[in-house]
Amino acid sequence: MSAGVGVDLENLWIRFGDFVAVRDANVNIKGGDFFSFLGPSGCGKTTILRAVSGFLDPSEGNVLIGGNNMQGIGPNKRPTALIFQNLALFPLMKVWENITFSMEIQGASARERRKRADELLDMIALPGQGDKLPSELSGGQKQRVAIARALCAEPDVLLLDEPLSALDLKLRQHMRTELREIQQRVGITFIYITHDQGEALTMSDDIAVMRAGVIDQIGDGKTIYNDPSTAFAASFVGENNVFRGKVSKIIGNEALISTNRSGELHARISTANQGKLQVGDDAMMFIRPEALSLAPTGTQGDHYVTAQVNHEEFEGNTYNIFTEGDGGKEIKISIPNLGQSFDDHTGQPITLEYDVSNAVVVPAGELASE
Amino acid sequence: MNPDKIIRYSIWIYLAIFFAYLLGPLIIMSATAFNSPGFPRMTPWECLTFDWFGALFRDERILNGIWNSVLVGIGTVIMSVSMGLAGALMLTQIWPKLRATYYTIIIAPILIPGVVLGISTLVFWDRINRMLGLGADSFLSNGLFLTIIGQSTFIASYCMLVLVARLQRYDMTLTEAALDLGATHAQAFRKVLMPFMFPAIASAGVLAFLASFENYNTTTFTFGEYPTLTIELAQKVRYGITPAISALAFMIVALTVFFALVNEANIKRKALIAEARKDATVGELAGKVEVPGFLSRNPAAIALIVLLIGTATVVGSAMAYSPDQCIAGVQEQKRLETERRIQELRDQRAKDAAEKSQQEGGAETQSTPKPSNNSGFGSVFAPGTLEGSDSDAGDAAPTDSGGNNSGFGNVFDPNALQNDDN
Repeated sequence: MSAGVGVDLENLWIRFGDFVAVRDANVNIKGGDFFSFLGPSGCGKTTILRAVSGFLDPSEGNVLIGGNNMQGIGPNKRPTALIFQNLALFPLMKVWENITFSMEIQGASARERRKRADELLDMIALPGQGDKLPSELSGGQKQRVAIARALCAEPDVLLLDEPLSALDLKLRQHMRTELREIQQRVGITFIYITHDQGEALTMSDDIAVMRAGVIDQIGDGKTIYNDPSTAFAASFVGENNVFRGKVSKIIGNEALISTNRSGELHARISTANQGKLQVGDDAMMFIRPEALSLAPTGTQGDHYVTAQVNHEEFEGNTYNIFTEGDGGKEIKISIPNLGQSFDDHTGQPITLEYDVSNAVVVPAGELASE
Repeated sequence: MNPDKIIRYSIWIYLAIFFAYLLGPLIIMSATAFNSPGFPRMTPWECLTFDWFGALFRDERILNGIWNSVLVGIGTVIMSVSMGLAGALMLTQIWPKLRATYYTIIIAPILIPGVVLGISTLVFWDRINRMLGLGADSFLSNGLFLTIIGQSTFIASYCMLVLVARLQRYDMTLTEAALDLGATHAQAFRKVLMPFMFPAIASAGVLAFLASFENYNTTTFTFGEYPTLTIELAQKVRYGITPAISALAFMIVALTVFFALVNEANIKRKALIAEARKDATVGELAGKVEVPGFLSRNPAAIALIVLLIGTATVVGSAMAYSPDQCIAGVQEQKRLETERRIQELRDQRAKDAAEKSQQEGGAETQSTPKPSNNSGFGSVFAPGTLEGSDSDAGDAAPTDSGGNNSGFGNVFDPNALQNDDN
């Protein structure tokens, strides 16, 4: 397996009639990376995958795999293998025939195929299951067979289209680790499509956040989570409390936001927007629930927010407290479970404190829908 | 009687009537194939015979008709299944807005009367033939070609319906998966789509063959030099039919039952194997699955075996059995019957003659004439009949040996057989 073949999208546009599915996408995926496209359904991420695998021709722009332009090259000639959302295992073929389908196409003998199938079945921890039919396997087993079938084709790039979405939670979490392990073992480039930010964050080297055909931000998980460049990225990846307002003052990389409801708040301008955001611009400030903590009631300042406890939610490792900020806006706070309860605080005013470096300001924009 | 029972009985009665209506004609027709009279009938039962099967296989026209039907059938199966498959694939690929229109157009031939299709096929290809400047003996005016083309016009639509039903359950991503794994479009079609479609293709093929085999109204315009079985049968009816036709019908029925049972047994067997596989452990699968025996829990297979044994017995005994003696007996009986009739006629004439002479000779002695006895019932209803044969015998002609007032004529006369020996 030739490791380290990168994929580049250059000014990629894909249109269906008047509908623009992908708008001017520019992505450099390094060879051997685990790269995720993260976005809500209908944002065009599957369309990008189909363009990479060759089922769809770009309306404009280019797809490059290992530096070679794939224009006019069909899916069967590209060094990619796609794992479909519904897996698309051939129902009438046995597991080993499924896995080695690509070898059958190349005219390999049944014995060679059998041998390779057994190797791959060992790798995916399904030894001796080669003679079953796909319908006789469980969801997780089918999943692994689909991966083995794709790997059998020895692709340079493996494309995965939400392959875990049909699995139950436990299995999904298990398969995350397994996929990551397989990727590190074979060392080829994985391009992963998901709407689940948990999957994207745990597995990926890099993530592209997509919204309505547009790539909002590309970066590793930590960057995306801690330093979102748009309101959409901030609200889609993980949970976030949003404060709307206008930029009233800029101090270096930090800004003061005058909010209608919580007064003037102090925050850091996200890296991508430093130098672009101007005083007077509509802005949004985001603070993660876990970045908020309780402060002595009545404390005043530009990194304090006052609110009223509404209800609490016990999640085991954390308490989630839902408060009503000034003007009825809900603010969520996560506090590690250290034995205390906030039940008796219901209806009481509290003051929340945050560190300025944990509050991020981006230009006002569209939020991810709940 | 409680109402539940009444309902149950009425259901059984209804079923009996229903099946009698459905299968009765077939059973009667099949039975006539084994009766010896020259016209297919079940009563009176004369002699069990297998000769009509022999007669069938000696009938050149019927054999030729079957052969032509088979040729046409094969051609029609190939044409209609491939056209049906193409049509079905097209239906799944076509622009959704056009789909309903396309469907209507492609289904239309089923709704057009076969006669119309036959005539139009004939006219259309004749035109083409002339346009190309070919003669009457060209390929395009060949009966086989025209019949296959004509039948395929509507049988392809049937096939398409069968194939579309299966194709709708096909997951198009399977083809994409095959392409993605390096297969060409042709390979994806052959290795993934075709195996999936195979059961439907097989049933479409059987359907097409049967539809072609039984077709009459389209074929009647197009057969030319190649009359199919249905055409031959229809022509035969004009000159009167023999039980050889029944023998053919019986064979078709038997073959249909045979194949239905084979199919049923096969389906059941597959279900049993799938069931066994489900329960099998990994080790068993890797080795060999314990396949259930062909006969276990498979009523259709048992019925099939019974049918085969029955067939073997019948064919075996048919080889050994000769109805000649029985037929000779029946012929003898008929001959005697005829003879008796002739005898009766003679008696009648003699009696008439005697009466005439009596009237001429002794008109004075007998004031009232004896009632003439020329009814079809002989003298059975004559008032004097029961009084004793002696009184009658005086009037009868001297040739009449004894009273002949039984319904059997001379059959039971001990002298009758002696006379025959002469």
